[in-house]
Amino acid sequence: MMNTLLEVSGVSVTFDGFRAINNLSIQFAEAELRAIIGPNGAGKTTFMDIVTGKTKPDEGRVIWGERNISLLGLSESDIAIQGIGRKFQKPTVFEAQTVRQNLAMALKNPRSPFAVLMHKRTQANAARIDAIAEQIGLLDSLTRIAGELSHGQKQWLEIGMLLAQEPRLLLIDEPAAGMTAEEREKTTDILREAARTRAVVVVEHDMEFVRRLGCKVTVLHEGAVLAEGSLDSVTANQKVIDVYLGREHA
Amino acid sequence: MRHSFIAQNPSVLWFLLALSLFTLGVTVLSEAAGVAVISTSFVKTLGKTLCLCLIAVAMDVVWGYCGILSLGHFAFFGLGGYAIGMWLMYARTEAIVLDALAQQPLPPTPQEVSDAIGNQIFGVVGSSEFPWIWAFADTLYLQLLMIVVIPGLLALVFGWLAFRSRVTGVYLSILTQAMTLALSLYLFQNDSGLRGNNGLSGLQNIPGYEDTSQAVISIVFLWASALALGAGYVFFAWVVSGKMGSVIKGIRDNEARVRFLGYRVESYKLFIFTITAIVSAIAGALYYPQAGIINPGEIAPIASIYLAVWVAIGGRGRLYGAVIGAAFVSLLSSWFTGGGAPAVPLGFYTIQWTDWWLVLLGLSFVAVTLFFPKGIGGLFDYLVRKP
Ligand SMILES: Nc1ncnc2c1ncn2[C@@H]1O[C@H](COP(=O)(O)OP(=O)(O)O)[C@@H](O)[C@H]1O
Ligand SMILES: [Mg+2]
Repeated sequence: MMNTLLEVSGVSVTFDGFRAINNLSIQFAEAELRAIIGPNGAGKTTFMDIVTGKTKPDEGRVIWGERNISLLGLSESDIAIQGIGRKFQKPTVFEAQTVRQNLAMALKNPRSPFAVLMHKRTQANAARIDAIAEQIGLLDSLTRIAGELSHGQKQWLEIGMLLAQEPRLLLIDEPAAGMTAEEREKTTDILREAARTRAVVVVEHDMEFVRRLGCKVTVLHEGAVLAEGSLDSVTANQKVIDVYLGREHA
Repeated sequence: MRHSFIAQNPSVLWFLLALSLFTLGVTVLSEAAGVAVISTSFVKTLGKTLCLCLIAVAMDVVWGYCGILSLGHFAFFGLGGYAIGMWLMYARTEAIVLDALAQQPLPPTPQEVSDAIGNQIFGVVGSSEFPWIWAFADTLYLQLLMIVVIPGLLALVFGWLAFRSRVTGVYLSILTQAMTLALSLYLFQNDSGLRGNNGLSGLQNIPGYEDTSQAVISIVFLWASALALGAGYVFFAWVVSGKMGSVIKGIRDNEARVRFLGYRVESYKLFIFTITAIVSAIAGALYYPQAGIINPGEIAPIASIYLAVWVAIGGRGRLYGAVIGAAFVSLLSSWFTGGGAPAVPLGFYTIQWTDWWLVLLGLSFVAVTLFFPKGIGGLFDYLVRKP
């Protein structure tokens, strides 16, 4: 087992009396690919909100990296600087700006206003942008306005922006939603490639997509871990079958 | 990479060219050049208009680019005016007082001089004491420094408090209105130290240049205003053209997303809010010597709302749009309210533009917002189609 990169333990969140996350504990190792599945409302997105600082939990700990930093006291931007990147369920790119500007903004560089004001384009940065654009299949679209891209391309651009941040942990919320079969295939390739050098956590509904990722799976249900293991083992798990079938027949 | 900045922003060169031609044109047609096609008072109006264009450019950066609808930037403009006005009034009164006291057999003591100046300036509010805020008024360069320091500090403190607690949108706009209202009400008080509702006057008389005609002074201020507008325009075009522009436009469109990229959004907002406040103050410091008088009414909340209207009508998110909007609407406004526009007799009713101009302006604002969100500046998109 490799070193633990992120450790979430005993975390709970209540929205207006409703427990969205219930004593959740989950860990991720360095350079790991992990799928999180679970029915709608299981708390998958809320889990990401907690890790990235958008939602503050009522209790529990979120510990990051070898220096065991608690993420709970940090702002969203500081957590991002620590090395956690996040892709939202809805593709959120900067639609008024070009693909290149989107990637340039995400590229790992000093983030202070003064550094940004004095920022100069360099060959090195341009090469990094090209490499990422190539990886996400948008090399020919660098000068296009992001708002004109297709839904699938926007999803890739957002993944590309994540890669440009060079995070150690990527949290990706439902990347395949609204994608064609072909686009899904390409997306799994991009994610598998990315997970070779960093931890990638993917939330997804689509079982076929998860199967293609070929990684360890965590099943969330009512804000807690229901099962964990290979896809085959969790889908054979009676509790998981009950939750999924129970939902479908409800 | 200055080269690439100009190459990528040809509109900056066009703007500078237009501004230079305008300034030259006005100069050769002015009374100072002996032609007098353009009266001195109209030269002053044009010079003031350039200052309004400068604050509009600042407003466009903070609102059109960074998405912060500040309805308080005229407070900074006014503070800049007060800062320069204090020196102008002090130095001129000092000259007059020294002149008068020179007739006396005994040379006056410094205390007598100070008392006499205080009496002259603060007599209208029943006082002769110099308030502490006038501490630097006798030294030009210190008071020039105050033009940027005071509004800069106010913007920094206000912005820090507001952005840190993540006040956004309409709440922030209301807060900025409250700021400018509070400042204006404070200045209206006689013991504010700035002559209450009398404000500062006689600012068109430049100490040391008593023998220079207003015709010449008006041209000097026209040039100074044009220079400030040109420099401000280039500076902001540079700010918004690069990566800073990308980030602040990102903040405008999706603040949360920018945070998750690792940018401290609050610092960026504070930076933009403060530099635009400082530029607004510089614009004000050039405006009021041309206006001749400043009083707390100038800082009334409505002034900052007009500013937003100019920028919206001119076209937000493009700097020349702000310039066009400010020039067009403010000149039109002085034409209408100054009685320049002929009344429209409708038989049963006569439209007097001095009363109806605001209605027309309001309707135009609504029409632009609904039908031409890109404003007048958007027309350029039809002329210059990018390949
Ligand atoms: N900000 C919020 N306020 C109130 N309820 C919320 C909020 N965010 C999420 N929830 C609720 O928490 C539960 C988990 O939501 P979510 O994490 O989005 O589920 P998932 O992503 O697994 O579909 C849902 O019942 C949702 O309605
Ligand atoms: Mg979700």
